Amino acid sequence: MIRELRKIWKSCFIGLLWFLALLWPMTGINSDGTLTFARPLEIWLIVVVAAVVIMLIYSANKSGMLAPFTRPVQTAAGGLAGQAARLPIWVWLLVALGLAMFYPVIFTSRPAHDVAINVLIYISLGLGLNIVIGLAGMLDLGYIAFYGVGAYTYALLNVYLGFSFWTALPFAALFAAIAGCIIGYPTLRMRGDYLAIVTLAFGEIVRLILNNWMELTNGPNGVLGIDRPTMLVPTFDDGFGFEVISLRKLYMLYYVALALAVFTMLCVYRLNYSRIGRAWEAIREDETAAELMGVNTFLLKLLAYAMGAVFAGLAGAFFAGRMKFVSPESFTFLESAMVLCMVVLGGMASIPGIILGAAALVLMQEWFREFETYRMLVFGGCMVLMMLFRPAGLIPARRMGRRSEDDE
Amino acid sequence: MEVFIQQCINALTLGGLYALIALGYTMVYGVIQLINFAHGEFFAAGGYIGVLLLGVMTAMGLMESAPWMCLGVSLLLTMLYCAFLAMGVERIAYKPLRKQTRLAALISALGMSIFLSNGMMLARGPLDQPYPLEYSSGGFEFGLITINNLQIVIWVLTAVLLVALNLLVFRSRIGMAMRAVAQDKVMSALVAINTNRIIALTFAIGAGLAAAAGIMVGLYYGSVRYDMGFVPGIKAFAAAVLGGIGNITGAMIGGLIIGAVEVFGAAYISGEYKDVFAFIILIAVLYFKPTGIMGENIDDTRV
Repeated sequence: MIRELRKIWKSCFIGLLWFLALLWPMTGINSDGTLTFARPLEIWLIVVVAAVVIMLIYSANKSGMLAPFTRPVQTAAGGLAGQAARLPIWVWLLVALGLAMFYPVIFTSRPAHDVAINVLIYISLGLGLNIVIGLAGMLDLGYIAFYGVGAYTYALLNVYLGFSFWTALPFAALFAAIAGCIIGYPTLRMRGDYLAIVTLAFGEIVRLILNNWMELTNGPNGVLGIDRPTMLVPTFDDGFGFEVISLRKLYMLYYVALALAVFTMLCVYRLNYSRIGRAWEAIREDETAAELMGVNTFLLKLLAYAMGAVFAGLAGAFFAGRMKFVSPESFTFLESAMVLCMVVLGGMASIPGIILGAAALVLMQEWFREFETYRMLVFGGCMVLMMLFRPAGLIPARRMGRRSEDDE
Repeated sequence: MEVFIQQCINALTLGGLYALIALGYTMVYGVIQLINFAHGEFFAAGGYIGVLLLGVMTAMGLMESAPWMCLGVSLLLTMLYCAFLAMGVERIAYKPLRKQTRLAALISALGMSIFLSNGMMLARGPLDQPYPLEYSSGGFEFGLITINNLQIVIWVLTAVLLVALNLLVFRSRIGMAMRAVAQDKVMSALVAINTNRIIALTFAIGAGLAAAAGIMVGLYYGSVRYDMGFVPGIKAFAAAVLGGIGNITGAMIGGLIIGAVEVFGAAYISGEYKDVFAFIILIAVLYFKPTGIMGENIDDTRV
C-alpha cells in the first residue's frame, strides 16, 4: 500500500516538473523576447498546491483514514438508491414531466428559461446523434450540419417564401433527411475512422457553403428577421374562430422546445425497442454477422443517418425560430464535438444518460460563464477527466437480454 | 503558363507542410488506431514556441549576425518542446484509455485539443502573434515566376525530414520496433519491445514534425494564432486518410495532393471554396477506393 502510494506520488512529482518545463516557454517569454519568471511560477504554484491537495485526499482515502466519514455517506447513498430502484419507473417519469411542465412557473427569470431551452434543444440533438452513434455505431463528426440544414431551411423558407414555422417544420425535417442520405450514401462503404473524417468533411462543406453562398444565405452575416413560431388560439370575439399569435414570450417557446424534446425522446425510445432498433444494434455489434442474418445493412445504415438528421433538422428549425437569426457561426465543428460529448459523457445509447449529459454540459457552460476565458479550458479538461474516470458515461446504457460476457 | 508554374511552386510548398503534419496523424494511427485530435495543437504550439524563441534571439542580438542559424536552433528546440508536450499528453490523456473503447480515447483527444488551444490562448492572448519577416525576403526570379528563400527552405526542410523519417522507420531498429508495435502489440511485447516507450516515441516524432511545420507555416503566412491548429489539422488528417491511414508514404502523397487541390482550386475555380475542394477530393477518393490511395497499413482484424 505504502509502496503504491509512493509510486503515485513520484509520478505526480515528475508530472509537475514536466508541466513546469512545458509551461515556462509558453508563459515566461514576453513577445519582445525578454524573459519573466514570476508569471509561470505563479501559475505553476497554483497547480502544485491543487495537485498536492488532491493527492493528500487521495492518499488519505486509500490508506483508510477517511473511512469514518465516507462509510456513513456510502451506506446512506446505497440505501437511497435501493429505495429509488424500488419505485416503479412511471413515478419517475411523472415527476420528471411534472417538473418540466412547471419549470417556467418555478423559475421565472429570463436566463433560466434561456438555459432550459438550450438544454432541450441539445437533448433533441443528442438523442438524434444517438441514433447514428449509439444505436447504429457509426461515428459522425459532422452532425451539426443537419442542424444547420434544418435551421437554414426554415430561415430561407420563411424569409423568401413566407412559410410559417409549422408548415416549414416538415420541410426542415425532409431536407435534413435528404442531406443525411447524401452524406450517408458515399460513406456507407467506409468504416470507423474513414467515416469520422468524411462526416467531418461534409460538416465543414455545409458550413462553408452556408458561409460563401452570398446570394442565398447572405454569407457570414446570416439571415435576419425570421418569424417566431406561431400558434392557433381559439377566440370567441365574433363567433368562434382561430387567431394566430406569435410566440413572443420565452416561456411559450420553452413549451415548444419541451414538446420537441419529448417527441424526440418518444421516437428514439420506440425506435430503440423496434425491429429497426434491434437491426441497428446488430449492425453495431457485428456488421458481417448482421448481414448474414438477413439484415439489410445498406438500407438500415442510410435510415440511421436520415433519422438522426430528421431530429437535428427539427431542432435546427426551432433554433432558427427562437433566435430569429441564423449564421454559419452556430454550426462549427466545435458544436458537433459538443453534441458528441453529450452523448458520450451521458452514456451511449442511454436516453436518461444523454438527457443528463446535455443538461450537464449546458449548465457547465453557464456556470463557467463568469470565468469566461477559462471556460473552454475547464471544459476540455473535464472531457479528458470524464473519459479517464468514467469512460462508459454517467448513466451507462442497460443492454437488452443476457449476453455471454455478463456471466464472466 | 507562368501562373501555372507559380501555382505549382505554391502547391509544392503547401503540400509539403500538410505532409509534415499528416505524418504525425498517420504514425499515431498506425500504432494505436487513434485519431489524435490534439495533433493540430502540437502544430500550433510549434508555431508559438518558434516565434517566441526567435524573439528571444532577436533580443539577444543574434538575429543580425546569423539569422539562419537562429532559425535552425529555434527549429530544433521547438521540435524538442513539442515532442515533450506530445509525450506528456499521451501519458495523461491516452495511455490510461488504451484498454477502453476507441470512442473514449477519441473524446479524450477532442478534450485535450480544446484544452491545449485554450491554454495557448490564455498564455499568449487571442491576437495574432507576428513572425519576423526577414526570412521570406529575397529569392530567385525567372521572368514572372518567383521562388523566395523561404519556399526553398521549406522544400529542403520537408525533404530532409521526410527522408530522415523514412530511414528511421524502415532502416533502424527503433523503426522496426515501431512497425512491430503497429502490427501486434502483444507479440512485440513478447519479443521484449517496450511498447509503451515506442508509442510515446511515435507521438514525440509526429509532434516534432508538426512543430517544424508550425514554424514554417508561421514564417510563410507571417503570424500564428492560438486556433490555427484546427483547419490545417483537419486537412492534414484528410491527407493522411487520403493516402491510406497508417501508411507513411501515403501520408506524404496525400499531403501533396491536398496542397495541390487547395492551391489550384483557389487559383482557377474559387478562392472562397478552397477548403471545400480538398474535402470533396477526399470524399471522392474514399468513395472509389475506401482504403486510400496507397492502401492502409494496419491490421484489419482488430479494427
